[in-house]
Amino acid sequence: MVLPPRPGVGFKPQHYAGLTGDPGPVEWVEVHAENYMGDGGRALAQLASLQDRFALSVHGVGLSIGGEGRLDADHLSRVKRVCERFGPASFSEHLAWSTHEGVFFNDLLPLPYREDTLARTAAHVQEVQEALARPILIENPSVYVTLPASEMDEIDFLTELAARTGCGLLLDVNNVLVSATNRQTDPLDYIDRFPHALVGEIHLGGHAVDADERGAPLLIDDHAHPVAPQVWALLDRTLALAGPRPVLIEWDNDLPDWPALRAEATRAGAALDRVR
Amino acid sequence: MTGRSFQADFARAVREPDRPLPGGLTDSRRFAVYRNTHAVTLAEALAQGFPVVAALVGAEFFSALAGAYRMAHPPRSPLLRLYGRAFPDFIAGFPPAAALPYLADVARLEWALLDSAEAADARALPPASLAALPPDRLYAARLVLAPAVRLLSSAHPVLSIWRAHQPGGAAPGPRPGPAPGAERILITRPAFDPTPAALSNASFAALRMLASGATVGEAARHGDLTEVFTLLLDGGAITGIS
Repeated sequence: MVLPPRPGVGFKPQHYAGLTGDPGPVEWVEVHAENYMGDGGRALAQLASLQDRFALSVHGVGLSIGGEGRLDADHLSRVKRVCERFGPASFSEHLAWSTHEGVFFNDLLPLPYREDTLARTAAHVQEVQEALARPILIENPSVYVTLPASEMDEIDFLTELAARTGCGLLLDVNNVLVSATNRQTDPLDYIDRFPHALVGEIHLGGHAVDADERGAPLLIDDHAHPVAPQVWALLDRTLALAGPRPVLIEWDNDLPDWPALRAEATRAGAALDRVR
Repeated sequence: MTGRSFQADFARAVREPDRPLPGGLTDSRRFAVYRNTHAVTLAEALAQGFPVVAALVGAEFFSALAGAYRMAHPPRSPLLRLYGRAFPDFIAGFPPAAALPYLADVARLEWALLDSAEAADARALPPASLAALPPDRLYAARLVLAPAVRLLSSAHPVLSIWRAHQPGGAAPGPRPGPAPGAERILITRPAFDPTPAALSNASFAALRMLASGATVGEAARHGDLTEVFTLLLDGGAITGIS
């Protein structure tokens, strides 16, 4: 079972009636694993009923795969329980860390790219894949700073991570624009150099625009806005190079009503139709 | 740089905004994105879980309260729904909140509602199967209550305060002066929505005995069970008898 190379949406309970009543082109949904770890209640029942109609992707935000410490065994077993309960077509996580010495930061924080962090991250990816008995996807991060401690290019790091572990990659095109702008590099170059054959899923989302101390643009990945025009253009480029892939609209904060979110999915569907 | 790791320096600088930037970073506005995300999303998670506490104290006070809580009780789990577990006790010991003596118990009610919402599902016993029991069997029976059931007792009218802040409720301004009066509360979860109800002292005493494993007959000696059975059956809260 794999995700269809069609539009999906990040599912929010507020959209349950809209999504099930008038899904438009949406063929799959993605949920954060951490929101489905209760013992019972509405969330689990809703997701079980969505599964009758939509393919499912489970997206983890708490495993801290890029972190220095060991993986949290309790949390990994909770992720495993969610995957066993729902049998999703895909499980993905981030090239980032979110926990340090037991404190959870509720954010996806950056790691320097070096041989030692690569070896450590690869070991964590392998541990997750062994626990879940499946290959997973790892997402490129949105970053706000360039870490002087980095010695490797992000794409080289991700490509080598996939080569060592057999994981696939989740290409977040909004993150590409956010990070490239913040690092003052070229987002098109990033899209062109990304290992397209490894892309199992694409994310689109909104960002906020700010400026740093010197007035240079600072983009913030807030998932609270419509997908930006430059991101739609980068999606076209990505699909032209990679071919049709599952494309997700992520909108997590300041939620729009369902028709507005469906319209974003429709636009993603049109982009996919152009590369059929 | 000390001998500490990259991540240790970064983590500390995120949590403590007066720390220097870590690892050779220079632009504080860029680093502020991490500091803000950490502080703001955790405060928002608390405000979502404790909306009546937030309404009672107002945005500015709540922000300070959430900040103090974050430093004293950083989240120890990637499950954000657990983050507020220690919040009621923290409020009880937070000196600036001492003027609102009922605030900690309002938080306890909101935590109990959150906790109930994600408790395990359970099939309710059909009321008819209880009604069919001969009286002596019923009196000897012990009730198995649904995992979502919660009991609370407060020296303050916290359920009345909570109700006043629900949609359609008559919220008496941001800082009501509640009439004194204790309240005893039962939370049941018919379908998926935790539903609180107030009980008389005598009914609550009997309910508490039932919940701790007493027989119906033993509990009946502490109070009239009519109200208790009505609430439990309406709330689908009796899942078995033994």
